[in-house]
Amino acid sequence: MNLDATETQPLGKAIKRKEDPRFIRGQGRYLDDIVLPKMLYMAMVRSPYAHARIKSIRVEDAYLVEGVKAVLTGEDLASMNLAWMPTLAGDQQMVLATGKVLLQYQEVAAIVAETRESAEDAASKVQVEYEPLTPVMDPFFALSAEAPVLREDREQKNNHIFHWEVGDHEETDAALAASAIVVKEQIRMPRVHPAPLEPCGCVADYQKSTGKLIWYVTSQAPHAHRTVLSMVSGLPEHMIHVISPDIGGGFGNKVPVYPGYVCAVVMSMQLGRPVKWVETRTENVATTNFARDYHMTAEIGATEDGRVTALKVSTIADHGAFDAAADPSKFPAGLFSIVTGSYRFPVAFAEVDGVYTNKAPGGVAYRCSFRVTEASFLIERVMNTLAYRLNLDPVELRRRNFIGVDDFPYQSPLGWTYDSGDYEKTLNTALDMIDYRGLRSEQQKRREQGELVGIGVSTFTEIVGAGPSHTFDILGIKMFDSCEIRIHPTGKAIARLGARHQGQGHETTFAQLIAQELGLSAADVLIEEGDTDTAPYGLGTYASRSTPTAGGAAALAARRVRNKAQQIAAHLLEVSPEDVQWDGSRFSAKGLSSRNVSMADVALAAYTNLPKGMEPGLEATYYYDPPNLTFPNGAYIAVVSIDRETGQVHVERFVAVDDCGTVINPMVVDGQIHGGLTEGFGIAFMQEIAFDADGNNLAPNFMDYLVPTAVETPRWETGRTVTPSPHHPIGAKGVGESPNVGSPAAFVNAVVDALSPYGVTNLEIPLFPWKIWEVLKQHGLTES
Amino acid sequence: MEQTVANDRIMVHVTINGESRQALAEPRTLLAYFIRDTLGLTGTHVGCDTTSCGACTVLLDGIPVKSCTILAVQAAGHEIETVEGLEHNGQLHPLQQAFWDNHGLQCGFCTPGMLMTTTALLRSQDDVNDDDVRRAISGNLCRCTGYVNIVKAVLEAKSRMREGG
Repeated sequence: MNLDATETQPLGKAIKRKEDPRFIRGQGRYLDDIVLPKMLYMAMVRSPYAHARIKSIRVEDAYLVEGVKAVLTGEDLASMNLAWMPTLAGDQQMVLATGKVLLQYQEVAAIVAETRESAEDAASKVQVEYEPLTPVMDPFFALSAEAPVLREDREQKNNHIFHWEVGDHEETDAALAASAIVVKEQIRMPRVHPAPLEPCGCVADYQKSTGKLIWYVTSQAPHAHRTVLSMVSGLPEHMIHVISPDIGGGFGNKVPVYPGYVCAVVMSMQLGRPVKWVETRTENVATTNFARDYHMTAEIGATEDGRVTALKVSTIADHGAFDAAADPSKFPAGLFSIVTGSYRFPVAFAEVDGVYTNKAPGGVAYRCSFRVTEASFLIERVMNTLAYRLNLDPVELRRRNFIGVDDFPYQSPLGWTYDSGDYEKTLNTALDMIDYRGLRSEQQKRREQGELVGIGVSTFTEIVGAGPSHTFDILGIKMFDSCEIRIHPTGKAIARLGARHQGQGHETTFAQLIAQELGLSAADVLIEEGDTDTAPYGLGTYASRSTPTAGGAAALAARRVRNKAQQIAAHLLEVSPEDVQWDGSRFSAKGLSSRNVSMADVALAAYTNLPKGMEPGLEATYYYDPPNLTFPNGAYIAVVSIDRETGQVHVERFVAVDDCGTVINPMVVDGQIHGGLTEGFGIAFMQEIAFDADGNNLAPNFMDYLVPTAVETPRWETGRTVTPSPHHPIGAKGVGESPNVGSPAAFVNAVVDALSPYGVTNLEIPLFPWKIWEVLKQHGLTES
Repeated sequence: MEQTVANDRIMVHVTINGESRQALAEPRTLLAYFIRDTLGLTGTHVGCDTTSCGACTVLLDGIPVKSCTILAVQAAGHEIETVEGLEHNGQLHPLQQAFWDNHGLQCGFCTPGMLMTTTALLRSQDDVNDDDVRRAISGNLCRCTGYVNIVKAVLEAKSRMREGG
């Protein structure tokens, strides 16, 4: 039974969420729920072509629609030097197209009107004449000499964006050449979209009388958005007040700044009235930042007895028309260098080349810490191939190569220092939960009866909590995070953080964390995020960074409060501060525990009865610069069967054992795992943003972009091991993304395993039934 | 020349959460926007354009409908229930309580639609199991929870309602 927030010593307890009472009553305040006096609505005119030259734009007819206030085109923005905006990746992106359009549904004009309907009506009246050009949809073709150059704004006259590499190329080649066994596999992670249930949007409210812009926006990173907007618009940063209201899911989609945001701000400043812009689902899925689109080739070397000797990876990364990846600045391929995973590779080398195509810009970290899903999928898939090549059980191969419990802190060949883990223990927990031995013998029996049954294993390591300031920044801003705590005279507290939750439960979990440090209950601590005028500066919530960064700040800010509280307690207890002890809920005089005071007693004294010379009040702020990243890990096992007639895969069981270090709220952790596994299932089996050769998006809505419903979603079984992070103030590592990072490989490994007796070692996701059916047909496995 | 001025508005009268309300609506206005923008009940959410996500589910004469898929004028004269009508006399509906108790929501955006669909399910069926709940909510997408705790919450609400008579 889950507990009320009034529980004391709440860390590690399943406390019911404090945010839920408003959501279950339909009283959340999401972006589209915000209505301001005299508010106008904005709609966008979008390109039907993926690649075309704009010959003319005629807006006169749009002005004939009743209620239309203004029409904005790229030329208008160019006259304000705003036709292009910087991306978080250091590239630039068109706000409204000038010259050419580079993706289907690209923003060409913005209309502002008195109602949503008038704005949409008027958008349909804008006449744009296009000269269609050949679209470039294949990233490999984009790199060829025959491909047209898409970005005419760049000096570089090709479609290559960047080359990035890490590791020792020569040594890796030498080690592969000397290896008894080498397996090579091509692994593609197709283009997907995070598709949070609430689309993106904003209300820009520029108040001419004060010169202040209040900007309500679906933002996972409100402070970063304030700084970027200030840089783009020239508005002084203290005159921009960003409010990120309740957010209906983010998953990385609400990290970037989008063209619609900039247009709404420009229009509000021009018209002096609030302007609301909310995407349709099609606008969301077809134009806001996508994820993945990684085309990887990997080679693993190994000895005859299955010890890995080297890993080499080459990747072509399709970034779409603008490089709008939301990665830390020094990492154009994100944290892809976690690709050596949970295994002791003596040497490794990885390289990534970014490429422009006529697709939506990106890519974002979709429920993942910057390309970690791609890396994890790759290594867990290719280790599977190696197991088949060696004729070894995939579990045994993993055991032979695990980083051992005594190897931590472990220095990876690609430059990371893994903090902690006990991979054997985590794997054994999963094997016991699912009865792996029994399962393998049952599989044998079922195979003899003609069934296609597979078991897939994934033992992944993530890298989250970006990050330490010596390495991590976005546009120069270091990736620390922050917390400010104020204790009121009656012993209740408010805490504000630089993070911004979108369903993760911070209002409860951070209250638990702070309450634990201060001897309060979670009910006593109000958590506030998402208001840049009140919260201390932070880089926001994505990449599983909230608990590793803002959570660290919260614990250390609370300890600062407690240090001052101890001084006050000494005064109240009439002993010296050294003679005061804290038992987790009360301060007492050493050796005389009957003389004690609570945090509430101390809080009152901080305002009413202070020791002489002490500064009044009881509050603290902490900006936490984490010394290292954290490395959550897990062992996942999937069991599947395949219908020979239809190619439909049925996930019979799925066991997920996660190690995210110290657990703040087990109920919330389990919820995060359930959700992430479901997204991983979608990625493995259903979700893909595909295009035809003409550049048409084939999945621009929920009819064609399939996300899992309750019916096909498997029944998850979860377990846990706890190996605290040695450097995090409470030992927590972050959990939101592990299941999405670790599960896709487990699903695919299971389906491959079902077909392995027929020589199948690789399948390309998503594993649509028709695709599996074709493989079955090829091997003569379909019935009838 | 095509008509570009707004269409004539029509007076739409509905009973919503037991309250009689009337307001003007364009013939093309979807019920979802009539409820949200005109009647000001923003608990009903819009998450797609294709009747796929179910965030806008309301009860129309007791039957769950996606309010983005019928026109406001079609609802004229009918009875509508939204998430705002579930709580009675300061007492949460057993489904609301069970969603809270069982962590049946995360971002909360799908929650109103889930609550309305399952309200109708529990009214119409005395005995429900895991599969029944999953089938009933198959038109309601959730991107956060993986549905596990939603199903658990609905089953628990059903047993509480039964115990409560």
